[in-house]
Amino acid sequence: MSAEMALFSIFVLSIFIGFEVVSKVSTTLHTPLMSGANAIHGVILVGAIMVADHSETTLELTLSVIAIVLATINMVGGFVVTDRMLEMFKGKKK
Amino acid sequence: MSRNIYDLLGLVAAVSFVLALKGLSSPRTARRGNLIGAFGATLATLIVFFYASEGSTLPLNNLPLILGAIAVGVLVGVPAARKVQMTAMPQLVALFNGVGGGAAALVAIVEYLRLGADASLAAVVATVFTVVVGCVSFSGSIVTFLKLQELMTTRPVVFAGGRFVIAGTLISVLVVSGWVIRDGGTTPLLVLGALSLVFGVLFVLPVGGADVPIVISLLNAFTGLTVAASGYVLDSVLLIVAGTLVGASGTILTRLMAAAMGRSLFGTLFGAFTAKAQESAGGTETRSVKSSSAEDVAILLNYARRVVIVPGFGLAVAQAQHTVRELADLLTAKGIDVAYGIHPVAGRMPGHMNVLLAEANVPYEQLVEMEEVNPTFAQTDVALIIGANDVVNPAAKTTPGCPIYGMPILEVAHAANVIFLKRSMRPGFAGIENELLFDPKTTLLFGDAKASLTQVVSALKAV
Repeated sequence: MSAEMALFSIFVLSIFIGFEVVSKVSTTLHTPLMSGANAIHGVILVGAIMVADHSETTLELTLSVIAIVLATINMVGGFVVTDRMLEMFKGKKK
Repeated sequence: MSRNIYDLLGLVAAVSFVLALKGLSSPRTARRGNLIGAFGATLATLIVFFYASEGSTLPLNNLPLILGAIAVGVLVGVPAARKVQMTAMPQLVALFNGVGGGAAALVAIVEYLRLGADASLAAVVATVFTVVVGCVSFSGSIVTFLKLQELMTTRPVVFAGGRFVIAGTLISVLVVSGWVIRDGGTTPLLVLGALSLVFGVLFVLPVGGADVPIVISLLNAFTGLTVAASGYVLDSVLLIVAGTLVGASGTILTRLMAAAMGRSLFGTLFGAFTAKAQESAGGTETRSVKSSSAEDVAILLNYARRVVIVPGFGLAVAQAQHTVRELADLLTAKGIDVAYGIHPVAGRMPGHMNVLLAEANVPYEQLVEMEEVNPTFAQTDVALIIGANDVVNPAAKTTPGCPIYGMPILEVAHAANVIFLKRSMRPGFAGIENELLFDPKTTLLFGDAKASLTQVVSALKAV
């Protein structure tokens, strides 16, 4: 399998995993689930760091630094706000 | 760090994301799921400092800038997430999603600038996809934020010829995409980014306030896919897996949400074009309503055997969760059967009201979901609606073409008495008049939800 085909296979298999994991969710959890998924795509931070590493021109560097700031806000803020929501769910179970 | 170790740790992070989504799907494991996701994201971020990409040297170039930018992001993101009022949380999630989309678009642009003519066709296509969808997600999310924050009108914004403008913008986006793919170059790519930003705004403007959560969820799925596409450009399996997971699960979640609200996804996004804009603010309403005092409300409640409380966003805004619990406790002590009827989209988003009431320690057993509470309204003496409107509006069943038509509602009209605690006669978030307000069995008590409830509580103690 070529490298590109391997990446494509990973992509397709991930789609099915994504479909499977959330197929049954009560409405109560829609908001936290969306918020948690939102935080996960914050890993674009990894991509932003990669491009910042090999940025050479000022333009590239500026854009990648902005990307890092935005991605960090997405990732860190996302997980913190999701945890705050879920903390309350835990409280009422007692 | 060798490539193999990097890839293995990356795989651990990817598996964490799968487990995180799995955990988040069940109430018992949700919090742990989120923490597993945070672990995976932290791991992924740490290891990239030891192996950024093929042939990169350690320490990373521009390391101080990278660390500084992360620090800035943390200093902005964490306080925002910790301090936000739970009522304003949906728009914060929208903003977080938007900046994520923006980041993905920027990453793709930078990588494209660097690769230049060396980029393979597949990489260019992935770049174009990331830039278009990332920019749409970014500007679209900002509009959803403005709508939810009520910084702009929450009604669908439809202007003359709007659909042609949108179609024109979409066609331009496609044409410029083709231009980038065929000829390449920085200028077309930046033009593409700008056009996509415009399209994002136009795409969200016609969506009515009540449907905004569905759009946020959809944009969330979009952002996931852009992350996957940029993962392809950067040859990062981790980004592909994480982005695709969010894209796929986000799509399912969007459909589930739309189903819970009784909306078709298509109708939500294009409803503003197909339906006639409903003019609900047609002149001043002159019909009479029965407004009454806290004492009368207290008496009605005192002689009821069963009371269903329907909390809405107005309750949350007034921070009246604790007062409503006090009222419920008082009624329970008098031997009255009390339940909360929770609409799936009470508040601003599916599940939002559950979060808000949980914050006030309302007993879990008293929260009854719509399907279970609806058949009981016929045996209910008083339906007490606090700061809710759209979720009990019969227009959803009786008026085809109105923006909430088809949404399942709490059928409070079957109760013997209906009491609305409202600030004013202003229509709800969806901007539609509620016929129930004029029903003879409806009593209105105007005022801030918390102030009204406090009065009712003291009146009830005096009865």
